[in-house]
Amino acid sequence: MADKRSKQKSKYTLDRQIPGAFEGETITRRRFMTGSANAAGIVAASAIVLPALGFAVGPIFKGTVHPWETVGTVDMFPDNNYIPVVITLSPNIGEAGKSTAYVRKYNPAIDTDPYDQSTPYIAISSRCAHVGCPVRWVDASERFICPCHGGVYDLLGRRVGGPPVRPLDRFYTRVVGEDVQLGGRFSVNSELRRFSPRDPGQALDGIGQYLYPSRPSAPKSS
Amino acid sequence: MPKVPKTPAPPLPGPLRESPPRPGSANGNTIAEDAAQAGIAVVDWVDERTSLSGGARWLMFRKVPKGTNWFYTLGSATMFAFLSQAVTGVFLAMYYRPDPAGGAYESIRYVTNDVFLGQFVRGMHKWGSSVMVVLVFLHMGRTFFFGAYKYPRELNWVIGVVLLILTMTMSFTGYLLPFDQRAYWATVVGVNINGTGPLIGPYLSDFLRGGSEFGATTLSRFYAIHMLLVPGALIALIGAHLYLVAKLGTTAPPWQKAEPRAELNEAEV
Repeated sequence: MADKRSKQKSKYTLDRQIPGAFEGETITRRRFMTGSANAAGIVAASAIVLPALGFAVGPIFKGTVHPWETVGTVDMFPDNNYIPVVITLSPNIGEAGKSTAYVRKYNPAIDTDPYDQSTPYIAISSRCAHVGCPVRWVDASERFICPCHGGVYDLLGRRVGGPPVRPLDRFYTRVVGEDVQLGGRFSVNSELRRFSPRDPGQALDGIGQYLYPSRPSAPKSS
Repeated sequence: MPKVPKTPAPPLPGPLRESPPRPGSANGNTIAEDAAQAGIAVVDWVDERTSLSGGARWLMFRKVPKGTNWFYTLGSATMFAFLSQAVTGVFLAMYYRPDPAGGAYESIRYVTNDVFLGQFVRGMHKWGSSVMVVLVFLHMGRTFFFGAYKYPRELNWVIGVVLLILTMTMSFTGYLLPFDQRAYWATVVGVNINGTGPLIGPYLSDFLRGGSEFGATTLSRFYAIHMLLVPGALIALIGAHLYLVAKLGTTAPPWQKAEPRAELNEAEV
């Protein structure tokens, strides 16, 4: 068998004694037909599967812009306590698209971290950094407390107890005239260093920021 | 005891004897016999063109090992639970509206409170899902403790594990559809748990939500996965699962001792 093969090494079908071979032909017409039928099948299948797949996974790569939203006036917010405001994270779906943020004025005595220097207001997201339940600010204990699994955060939103893996997320703030506006969300690590918005449960300290990379779809401030 | 040849039965008394066919009737059959003949003819007509009866016999009339017991019905019970889910799900889909701005909750409320037997059918679907999950695990436990996953049935175990994962996916995606507070927060938590997987987690949760936030398409996404994508895969894999069961046969329970065949025993001397 091996001998027979080595004898038929010529690339021309005519030399390989194939019946009906043409002069200068290097591939049999049967092989060519099989290959082109398979190729046509692959093209046809891809024409269906690829758009469907792209359609399904497209939202992963679609960038979104979070618009600025007015949540109150400058005299509404004290600098030592939080005022809850309702903001819209996803428009057009009613209550399901709304969320609560806790807002207070920037206080140089409390907000000593270098990353807070430029922000006029501190706006803390109520989304727990464990698995996303809504935390509430408990005035008496000066803590954010999560009802689901007992996550506890301090005045700056840093974790002091329970399962959360990073501090509470924040929103960019700005003042336009007399209005306080909230922009896009950002995440912070335990030193309150800013990162692009992550989902709950994704750590940002140490190796965490590499295990949970920033996503193209993360909403950016306009 | 020597066999005694049987004497022929005595002739029936006159009134009990079958009367001969009426003169002039076509074949002398009763209507019931004609109907049975027609049914057989239809089955024969189909069978002659498809040879389905051979496959049906192959599937249904298999030899089962000695010791087969009620635990062996757990797989069929799971399949029945799935069929029940499929049927009730189809009817629920006639009323359900995957509209996150209030329409979804309202359509579920309408099914539960206003539709004739709606509460019953929805209840079957809701409780049936738990029944199916429980049965899946019991079936898995039976397979494990009876050693029925061993050669040559490993592939069927693997298919079964995929079916388990798909069943869990059905439970997860179906949980959101009533779109009440419990459904919403359970899904938020579930999606974020998916997001904690390293490297691909963030993209996985984006895929589930259809974006970076729980948005307008999340509910319809879950609905499509729940009623089109996963059921199709479930049906295909249940078919493969059943085929392998019929092909390979079932196992005897582990306490069943093999009985050597009498003719293979060495003659005592």
